[in-house]
Amino acid sequence: MHHGTSSGGTPDGARRSLRSTLLSWPVIRQYTQGDPLGRGAAAVSAHTKACTARTTTADRVVQSVCPYCAVGCGQRVFVKDEKVIQIEGDPDSPVSRGRLCPKGSASEQLVNSPGRQTAMLYRRPYGTEWESLDLETATDMLVEKILDTRERTWQEHDDQGNRVRRTLGIAGLGGATLDNEENYLIKKLFTAMGAIQIENQARI
Amino acid sequence: MSLTTGRGERDYADGNYVAIDAGWSDAPPRKGFFTDTSVCIGCKACEVACKEWNGVPEDGLNLLGSSYDNTGALGASTWRHVAFIEQARPMGRQDAGLAGLPVGPTATGSVNQVAANQVAANQVAAQMVAGEVSQLGTSTRAVELGMPSFELPGVRAEAGDRTDFRWLMSSDVCKHCTEAACLDVCPTGSLFRTEFGTVVVQDDICNGCGYCVPACPFGVIDRRIGEQGTKNVGIAQKCTLCYDRLGSGQTPACAQACPTESIQFGDVEELRERAATRLAALQAAGVSQARLYGEDPEDGIGGAGAMFLLLDEPEVYGLPPDPVVTTRHLAEMWHMAVAAAGTLLVGAAMSFIRGRR
Amino acid sequence: MQDLQNSDCIVIQGSNMAECHPVGFQWVMQAKARGATIIHVDPRFTRTTAVADMHVPLRAGSDIAFLGGIVNYILSNEKYFRDYVLAYTNAATMLREDFRDVDEVDGVFSGYDPETGTYDTSTWNYQGMPAQESAASGEESRSERAAGHEMGGHGASLEHGRVRRDETLTDPRCVFQVLKRHYARYTPEMVQEACGVPPEQFLKVCEAVTANSGRDRTTAWVYSVGWTHHSVGVQYIRGAAIIQLLLGNIGRPGGGIMALRGHASIQGSTDIPTLFNLLPGYLPMPKVGEHGDLRHYLATISSPDQKGFWTEADSYTVSLLKSFWGDAATADNDYCFDYLPRLTGDHGTYQTVMDMLEDTVEGYFLLGQNPAVGSAHGKMQRLAMAHLKWLVIKDLNMIESASFWKDSPEIDTGELVTKDIGTEVFFFPAASHVEKDGTFTQTQRMLQWHHKAVEPPGDCRSDLHFFFQLGRKLRERLARSTLDRDRPLLDLTWDYPVDDKGEPSADAILREINGFHLSGEKAGQPMSSFTEMKADGSTSGGCWIYTGVYADGVNQSARRKPGREQSWVAPEWGWAWPANRRTLYNRASADPDGKPWSERKAYVWWDEPAGRWTGHDVPDFPVDTAPSYRPPQGTGGPKGLAGDDPFIMQGDGKGWLYAPTGLLDGPLPAHYEPHESPVDNPFYRQQANPTRQVFRRKDNLSNPSAPEAHWEVFPFVFTTYRLTEHHTAGGMSRWLPYLSELQPEFFCEVSPELAAERGLQHGGWATVVTARTAIEARVLVTDRMVPLRVGGKTVHQIGLPYHWGVGGNALVTGDSANDLFGVTLDPNVHIQESKVASCDIRSGRRPTGPALLEYVKDYHRRAGITIYTGNDQRTPMPGVRLTRPEQDGAEGETGPRQGDPS
Repeated sequence: MHHGTSSGGTPDGARRSLRSTLLSWPVIRQYTQGDPLGRGAAAVSAHTKACTARTTTADRVVQSVCPYCAVGCGQRVFVKDEKVIQIEGDPDSPVSRGRLCPKGSASEQLVNSPGRQTAMLYRRPYGTEWESLDLETATDMLVEKILDTRERTWQEHDDQGNRVRRTLGIAGLGGATLDNEENYLIKKLFTAMGAIQIENQARI
Repeated sequence: MSLTTGRGERDYADGNYVAIDAGWSDAPPRKGFFTDTSVCIGCKACEVACKEWNGVPEDGLNLLGSSYDNTGALGASTWRHVAFIEQARPMGRQDAGLAGLPVGPTATGSVNQVAANQVAANQVAAQMVAGEVSQLGTSTRAVELGMPSFELPGVRAEAGDRTDFRWLMSSDVCKHCTEAACLDVCPTGSLFRTEFGTVVVQDDICNGCGYCVPACPFGVIDRRIGEQGTKNVGIAQKCTLCYDRLGSGQTPACAQACPTESIQFGDVEELRERAATRLAALQAAGVSQARLYGEDPEDGIGGAGAMFLLLDEPEVYGLPPDPVVTTRHLAEMWHMAVAAAGTLLVGAAMSFIRGRR
Repeated sequence: MQDLQNSDCIVIQGSNMAECHPVGFQWVMQAKARGATIIHVDPRFTRTTAVADMHVPLRAGSDIAFLGGIVNYILSNEKYFRDYVLAYTNAATMLREDFRDVDEVDGVFSGYDPETGTYDTSTWNYQGMPAQESAASGEESRSERAAGHEMGGHGASLEHGRVRRDETLTDPRCVFQVLKRHYARYTPEMVQEACGVPPEQFLKVCEAVTANSGRDRTTAWVYSVGWTHHSVGVQYIRGAAIIQLLLGNIGRPGGGIMALRGHASIQGSTDIPTLFNLLPGYLPMPKVGEHGDLRHYLATISSPDQKGFWTEADSYTVSLLKSFWGDAATADNDYCFDYLPRLTGDHGTYQTVMDMLEDTVEGYFLLGQNPAVGSAHGKMQRLAMAHLKWLVIKDLNMIESASFWKDSPEIDTGELVTKDIGTEVFFFPAASHVEKDGTFTQTQRMLQWHHKAVEPPGDCRSDLHFFFQLGRKLRERLARSTLDRDRPLLDLTWDYPVDDKGEPSADAILREINGFHLSGEKAGQPMSSFTEMKADGSTSGGCWIYTGVYADGVNQSARRKPGREQSWVAPEWGWAWPANRRTLYNRASADPDGKPWSERKAYVWWDEPAGRWTGHDVPDFPVDTAPSYRPPQGTGGPKGLAGDDPFIMQGDGKGWLYAPTGLLDGPLPAHYEPHESPVDNPFYRQQANPTRQVFRRKDNLSNPSAPEAHWEVFPFVFTTYRLTEHHTAGGMSRWLPYLSELQPEFFCEVSPELAAERGLQHGGWATVVTARTAIEARVLVTDRMVPLRVGGKTVHQIGLPYHWGVGGNALVTGDSANDLFGVTLDPNVHIQESKVASCDIRSGRRPTGPALLEYVKDYHRRAGITIYTGNDQRTPMPGVRLTRPEQDGAEGETGPRQGDPS
């Protein structure tokens, strides 16, 4: 959106023509627009004239929730060309009323930070550096590790002969930014595997 | 036609004459900020929201020791800056809970001195890194490179045991002066007065001459230093009051984020009323040192577009107590220049006419 | 959250709300603008204090003394809300004759077993209740410990809802009189002795909260991990509960106890727990011995004779089993109850880390968690990971826990050598919150759906994707298995719809969590309320308290009716469990006759003509149970609730001033010193919580505490906290330039008095030392820190934000404050004491390399530290020297010795 159209303060865009090209000559502008010193309307560059809030030209706006603390502030995620271009507070939220703290305000950087790790990495036993690894291969390797550990550490009964049906060889510690649906699948899968030491930031 | 100083010709307390005079014949109401520091919680959401929206680069990972402030000052890559001031003074009816405790003298004096030196040294260091030492002379900021005090905090015998304490926070920003010296001195037309009455740098026009930097009585505007490839490096930069967002009918990023409405955005006229109301309420509540800053159209900059409610002297927050537009006498200078130019022009025309003969 | 705006007084204690929950804090500021009094009780003057009306600096770890002092003030000045207390709390309930309070048993309650460091809690019960929780043997008591946490969800089981009451509140055995005697010693003078708060200051708080409570006014209490991170953490919160019940502030607008949780879905992570001892909806994980089959299991959760909704636990449990194992779960096989693995004790995160050190744990998943920095005793965490065979990291950034094998502090000291570490590490990059659908449950139990905005980049995947695909592959690999142990995996319902990238539908999983009818005319339809759940296998539901989030087949968590278009309660934004109630126990907002206590505080009330409860919120009560209703003798369950029993999840329908069951360390909060403290307990001979979980290991040494010898080697108190600019262990902040530049370096905050005493230079360096390690920090000298006068001593406190870590590739790094803590836990919930400990502080930087280890060992020698130091659960009698095996110092063997409690 052109900022001038909303404010009505800039020269009428309809005048754009050969004539307006002439009129856009700074000296002419200064005197025809009541800005003889060229410090206001007459000084506006084509670039400035074209500047708009990038949120207004986003392809879509998606409603989300801040991933930091537990206040649960509403966020609006603006997407352009399949990239997040801005994340700001959602004024509709009755909890946050459009406001965000510095962390919430930095959410776009959390998503797009150049320091973010986006490639699968692998460190072999006794290795000194990270190595690249294909995601599918890594998952397959992990499946074998889990089954191997589970078999080796399986306890069908405890010392008193009570059935325990479990492994104490596999543990987990989850962060509390996990979705409920994620926690549910994790608990379900670990429980079915017989792994019980699945824990969460909620204990910490 | 008003030139630099509109005083006496226009009542800048009303309307948006500052924009109208700059050629915006049907300007909307003048926009600005009212920063009520009495409700600031120092979260710095404004600093981050500003940087996120405007793509302002990170500018230093240094601990300044200036309370919780590691930003230091406004500059080309800091358009919002939250100051933190620890004071051995009471805050209205706030009970700092010090009565009856085994406390000694305050450390605020010596600590703040160490911090101030560190902030100054940090700025110099940043400029040296960027090879900008030669620009030091044009900076309006404090540049003394004092060494940290060797006196241990708290050991000053002359001070009595502390009984009061308060922690002030304030988010500073470009004042968007009614009489804006940066704008006056800009030779390229990069700085301009927008239809909202704000003062904005046009990145595509600025050639980095830096004239605006010493002109600003607040030390707000600066040329961006940084590695090659940094956005707008070498160009004068400062708060735009989110010119692009205003154009789209949106609130500036800092004001939208502010959790406690310490930063309020709106029509300057209305903000001025709100500020007066808030001041009265605070004073009634016993916060006697509360005062407004930048709200007075009769002050040295013709009033600010961004005004503040402070809880102490402006100096405490690093603000000049009585800022005066550095180009106050530019109008007379302009008249002389115009006269000289006119003489030249007439001479040129005469010779042209003569030449046609 | 927005209900705080209705408060007339807000006490923020154990929380730094403005810094840690800045946007939520707008409601405190709104209350203040409306005239409310804001009180911040905290060791430090923080950004919260800066805008509060009153700061009450107190010694970290002394909150129970402070809260107990308020209880005493309320009782001895007759400031309690008598109508509320009499009708809605268990004040009138009679206790067993054999209950003995701490003053009668030398600092412990009746039932204490010094051998095991645990209580037999049976004497704490109401009169007429049979002893049901006898924790006689050590084996059972460990099981008890594991049981603790699920009680948090619902209050413990009572045999029945019939209690003996003394409506005059005068019988010496009634709760009210016991409470009065228990807190009689918590005078303003004793509060000063323990907390360092002068009586005048303390009385100002008492006056403010009592003046702002009653029919027409309400006070709110706000806490956070400043209360939970203690070896008596649960009792801190109980202390606030007692005050709020006495003042009639529970279930009412502007009242309550606000737990500010610190992570986007940490509430959800407790509701649908990735916690060892819980199943979804606060159902306990079954324990060996106790829970042999489904019938026995259900019998321990609730009794059919008790009041309230826990009597329906069979429906919740069977529905959960159906959602896990579908058609395989039948009445004939106990609905696959046997598929659930069994607990034998504490399998919490700290115990698990110690198990790693014993090489019994081979594999470890870290899912958005950075224990190398965020957990207590970082060194133990890192050394333990080096024992693993394999480690899976799922994170956005290369956190310290992922790279411990190459750049942890122990590489520098030589305790770890990269090429000797056999741990295989898989780093799976994670999707961010905008790259996946799902729900977070925020701090007030509200589920909010976040919509996926973009695809995750590169190899990044959601945890939903990761675990679904992992489960799929595991099941494929085992498809032909005939082993009994693989049945639970193979019978699992694991058939979620996926998109073209293999991402399972979060919506489908939320539907499963909500639950649906399996048979009958509604077969396949989502349930709208947990009251529809059945115990006969005809319903399925993954978390009963979340039933209703898909009410009417609509994802209620995705509702986003703008706040300005509805009441301040905003019932049409998101969905809160249970049943979309925003304030729990809100029946208490009306008087016993069902009328609002006052017009100003009207919230939920009885509509006589309509014969229903109504109001601004969903009534938290059987909607057609009239205030005058009295159940026939012996009626259990929801029908057993009388019309004036607002606490519908408690077995007697009353708010518990006194907790007859459910807690492992006492029915009433008593002040115990932190595990490490330079101060003698001014109240009791018993120094610290006698049931706290201690670990006597040479890698978990404790500082000596007063009155033990050499406590003065560690004369200072320190506490840890967050700053607004960072998030916990830094995984989501120290990699972000815009946040890192705001708080770039680890620092310590000290008072000018301590700075002078120790020669600390503002802006310089200091080294902070405990028995675990020494760390260095930049010094901030500030008036915001004050010394306190406690027990005749001047106590200095040091503040340490805990966001930084060593190693990794973060933009900003530094020593980790959590490295200073050892592992000592609250017995109820196994949460570590990481908000207070003792330390020394010295000017200058710490040694590096192996010299650091020597430096700390020197402290061990000076303080005479052995594995027993500070680790006696029961404080020895003065002058009595415990028979120990040969004192072999810190170098001695780990583990318990004969004759010592384990």
